[in-house]
Amino acid sequence: MINTREIMETIKMIDDEHLDIRTITMGISLLDCIDSSAEKACEKIYEKITRLAKDLVKTGEDISRQYGIPIINKRISVTPISIIAGASDADNYVMFAQTLDRAAKATGVNFIGGFSALVQKGFTQGDRILIDSIPEALAKTERVCSSVAVGSTKAGINMDAVKLMGQIIKKTADMTAEEDSFGCAKLVVFSNAVEDNPFMAGAFHGVGEGDCVINVGVSGPGVVKAALSKVKGADFGTVAETIKKTAFKITRMGQLVAQEASRRLNVPFGIVDLSLAPTPEVGDSVAYILEEMGLERCGTHGTTAALALLNDAVKKGGVMASSYVGGLSGAFIPVSEDAGMIAAAECGTLTLDKLEAMTCVCSVGLDMIAVPGDTTAETISAIIADESAIGMINQKTTAVRIIPVIGKNVGESVEFGGLLGYAPIMPVHKESSAEFINRGGRIPAPIHSLKN
Amino acid sequence: MKAVVSVMGIDRTGIIAKVSGCLFNHGVNILDINQTIMQNIFTMVMLVEFKDDSAEYNTVMNELDGIGKEIGVDIRMQHEDIFNSMHRI
Repeated sequence: MINTREIMETIKMIDDEHLDIRTITMGISLLDCIDSSAEKACEKIYEKITRLAKDLVKTGEDISRQYGIPIINKRISVTPISIIAGASDADNYVMFAQTLDRAAKATGVNFIGGFSALVQKGFTQGDRILIDSIPEALAKTERVCSSVAVGSTKAGINMDAVKLMGQIIKKTADMTAEEDSFGCAKLVVFSNAVEDNPFMAGAFHGVGEGDCVINVGVSGPGVVKAALSKVKGADFGTVAETIKKTAFKITRMGQLVAQEASRRLNVPFGIVDLSLAPTPEVGDSVAYILEEMGLERCGTHGTTAALALLNDAVKKGGVMASSYVGGLSGAFIPVSEDAGMIAAAECGTLTLDKLEAMTCVCSVGLDMIAVPGDTTAETISAIIADESAIGMINQKTTAVRIIPVIGKNVGESVEFGGLLGYAPIMPVHKESSAEFINRGGRIPAPIHSLKN
Repeated sequence: MKAVVSVMGIDRTGIIAKVSGCLFNHGVNILDINQTIMQNIFTMVMLVEFKDDSAEYNTVMNELDGIGKEIGVDIRMQHEDIFNSMHRI
């Protein structure tokens, strides 16, 4: 029998250290919903999602109760809508977003991802219509998340798309200005987008995936921090070992829940995403892990090295704990969703430039960052271009989820509520990048993309 | 199926009697039981076995919740796989 100490350790992780399963995400292919009539396509989409995901939320709740492990979110990701809607006669895809929103509400999931386009090398007509529909779609729906891939190591960076996304983000901010530009919190711009990511807002169901699949995202920054607090002053070898062991345990939970959900829903198990995803609750912060390693404040010199060690050790520990690892897997650094990041940004230690450096070694990118509402579209595009370049050159996923909060400026803060937290408005450089962004065209793929 | 029942709280008379009584009433077999006082907190861990995976599990869980509230201790029941998967390779 498992001994009492081990049982108490697990219970403590759940009760005191915020161990949870962050999300069970059902990926659903909509390729068989394509129709030349947009109305018919929407009908098929609604029918398929509500049929396949009807028991998703209940199953998640049952597993949570039986195993005594919180499962925070139940979500759905679908095939990028630009591919599905592109075959239709519609010249605006807002109705597709509204269909997804209705399906999300009917099934009880809190977010549905996949109002997406993959344009890293070029636009189809469907891609253009989808991107143009994003601001209105995000303003008129509650639970729909959108993402656009603008670059990859293989394709380079589509700078026309980068320019366009700066404008789209600004427009989305304007159209949701009454809710502190909340629409932008549901919009991600990717380089090297992954097809099996269970985390929002960037989840979509890739075209290489099966018809329906269960992906699970774990979490547990608080558990890692608690483990590190027991090895104060020890060398980095010990730090890495401690993180690895903890990540292993966390991931085993994810693997168990993923297999159980897959069995009960009779849907194949896809992957476990090993990410450390923070929440605004105190004690559930990635920044606090970095500070536990010996930094007075996240964002100071040494932060990038600390994050690099953390990110790598999480993967090494987690990879043996799960039969299939995928998604984004690493440490997330969303500013508004992490109490330690919020505090570090508020006191000015954590800046946009430092965050950019950190994205070179963490799992994703500039995430949930609030900037002044008068930030120009070109500046936002330039931030996206920088981030995409980091992803392209380092063969990793990077993303930008940035919120120009209309009517707010540096010194103020914005409250998104719930898991999305709150964020101080962070300053951006005032010098113009407009001439650079207005060049257009593509940045060619880097030399190391030529591997064949 | 097997589950782990854990009880934590301030020690008082009748904790084991109440919990095991509830399990007995539902025909749940106690395979192992371990009780200690950890940092002044009464801690009891039981490995129990259900005859099948029926709805009985939820009923017992609800009753244990009620007992916990009644006598002021924290009682939880969790499928044993959560501990096996975390602590055994």
